[in-house]
Amino acid sequence: MRFLDLLRFAAGALRGHRLRTGLSVAGVAVGIAAVVALTALGEGARRYVVDQFVALGSNLLIVLPGKVETTGAAPFGGVTHDLTIDDFRAVERLPRVRRAAPLVVATDTVHFQDRGRAVPVLGTTAAFAAVRQLAVASGEFLPPRDLDEGGNEIVLGMKVADELFRGANPLGQVVRVGSWRFRVVGVLAPRGRSLTFDIDDDVFVSVRTAMRVFNRSTLFRILVDVRSHPEMQATKHDVEALLRERHRADDVTVITQDALLAAFSKILDALTMALVGIASVSLAVAGVGIMNVMLVSVTERRAEIGLLKAVGAQDGQVLAAFLAEAVLLALGGGVAGVALGAGAVRAFVSFYPSFPASPPLWAVGAALGLSLAVGAAFGVWPARRATRLDPVEALAGR
Amino acid sequence: MIRLDDVWRIFTVGDAEVHALKGVTLAIERGEHVALVGPSGSGKSTLLHILGCLDRPTRGRYTLEGREVGALSEAERSLIRRNRIGFVFQFFHLLARLPALGNVELPMLFAGVTAEERRERAARTLAAVGLSHRAHHRPDQLSGGERQRVAIARAVVMEPAVLLADEPTGNLDRAAASEVMELLEGMNARGLTLVVVTHDPAIAARARRVVRLSDGEIQGSGVRGPGSGHDTTPTGTRTTVPDPRLGGG
Ligand SMILES: Nc1ncnc2c1ncn2[C@@H]1O[C@H](COP(=O)(O)OP(=O)(O)OP(=O)(O)O)[C@@H](O)[C@H]1O
Ligand SMILES: [Mg+2]
Repeated sequence: MRFLDLLRFAAGALRGHRLRTGLSVAGVAVGIAAVVALTALGEGARRYVVDQFVALGSNLLIVLPGKVETTGAAPFGGVTHDLTIDDFRAVERLPRVRRAAPLVVATDTVHFQDRGRAVPVLGTTAAFAAVRQLAVASGEFLPPRDLDEGGNEIVLGMKVADELFRGANPLGQVVRVGSWRFRVVGVLAPRGRSLTFDIDDDVFVSVRTAMRVFNRSTLFRILVDVRSHPEMQATKHDVEALLRERHRADDVTVITQDALLAAFSKILDALTMALVGIASVSLAVAGVGIMNVMLVSVTERRAEIGLLKAVGAQDGQVLAAFLAEAVLLALGGGVAGVALGAGAVRAFVSFYPSFPASPPLWAVGAALGLSLAVGAAFGVWPARRATRLDPVEALAGR
Repeated sequence: MIRLDDVWRIFTVGDAEVHALKGVTLAIERGEHVALVGPSGSGKSTLLHILGCLDRPTRGRYTLEGREVGALSEAERSLIRRNRIGFVFQFFHLLARLPALGNVELPMLFAGVTAEERRERAARTLAAVGLSHRAHHRPDQLSGGERQRVAIARAVVMEPAVLLADEPTGNLDRAAASEVMELLEGMNARGLTLVVVTHDPAIAARARRVVRLSDGEIQGSGVRGPGSGHDTTPTGTRTTVPDPRLGGG
């Protein structure tokens, strides 16, 4: 029997039961659409995060105290050996480092007149704006100044400025943090959430001042801007070697963006897979639907099966004919489902244009492959029942 | 051509055994026209199914064209059904979704004949049963007699050696029955071996030989020669003489 003839024969049988065929196709279509849409959303989430990392500055190294295995898991926890201002000075002087910024973080309430807002206070240097690629909306960022000098300048995130000044011009005004007074020199352009901090809801002071105000002697992080991207790994090793020598211990962690990205990617992949897993449940239900329809079909068409055998159809051919029907049902559902899923994603994106969701090509391929597999897997049992029918009995039932 | 030696067919129903055929010995020569008669439940259909390789004897030997068929695999038996045997049933068993032409094409579909050749051969065979003008009608648009003629076209389109018909006229009125029988007899006249199960004495009387079954056993096998009445030979090995009454279809 020729393959095309087989398909035509199966399609002819399906056309004989339009409603039933349509419903089983719809069942698969919903499952496949769910798979396509959810992978698109998962992929979108992943791409969104990647974009965020790129916005973070692509040549960024982050030095944090404590040794953490960065393979796989995101770097949290571990035994801390402190990072100091002198460590920062040494790192900053490394040849492959374009610039670096120290970071001290504490949360406190910033007051202006009778208004206050609890925000993270970031102690750093002028270099921070360049390292993190921050733009200033008005005024300027922290002035360049020797590390040991404190200074009473403060830069506000957009949200903080809005909250405290309600549209008034904050530049030159004095705000209080605890009992300390700061002069506002700049307001940052809105940036939005950037994974670690909501930059819009932060304030910035010089690192020395922050250490004094919050009584800190150590740094929270050192951010390093590497000269060029290909030198990332080498610079990472430079920093590690330098600090190992200074601390006489291997007690800091240097993360490249790639490592962070890989960790997040992994999490998001797992998320996508979980979504696909959930969608697969509906596919399994659709598969059972196909099986049911095919079983009914085999029962209804006993006489036909008997006849096919009487005119010399071999068991394999009968099996193939019924299997082809199941696979056609599923594949029809697969094609419809891909279209449906892609449509749903497009509708979603038209509501949330910033979310980069689109069904990845592999997901479309996988969805079609999956529908094929569903048809074959759930069609094989009914088809085998068809081949096992005794032709005499099958024909006797008219 | 067809040789049955002490063929038994025993069905097991629960604990009970039904002896549908009890030691049937029968020989049918190439080109014969045999009517298989007997009361209901006597085993006619069972015998026909065994002849058609749809069923196997419980005991005994069945030889078709010199090959012992009972020993063959299912795949080989389906090839014999495809190429050597044609079936015609009381209830036609046409596929309702296919037009007459498609139904006639069916055996060739599974034989892997190309679409053009299928179409051409099916059309030719439909013409031979006088239904060219109904080629694109579906079975529900055909009369009973026409349906049975489509079924006959389907049975002979692979040019089998034997045509087995189980009460082919059982659902037809006298005129349609006669038309169908003439068609079958015409094919028989051109060399096709014909075995017809029937309840109708008029149909049976048209056959050259009548094999009478009763309770699973052959009661008698009468051969009508031209001019002679009835004679009975137990195994019926006499050669047949073409009947001058029957023309070419
Ligand atoms: N699959 C089966 N299981 C059990 N018994 C069966 C089966 N098929 C046939 N029989 C029995 O075998 C006997 C012969 O049946 P068969 O159908 O051959 O009779 P028949 O001569 O064709 O009758 P009819 O003229 O009514 O068609 C009957 O007693 C029947 O009940
Ligand atoms: Mg019968």
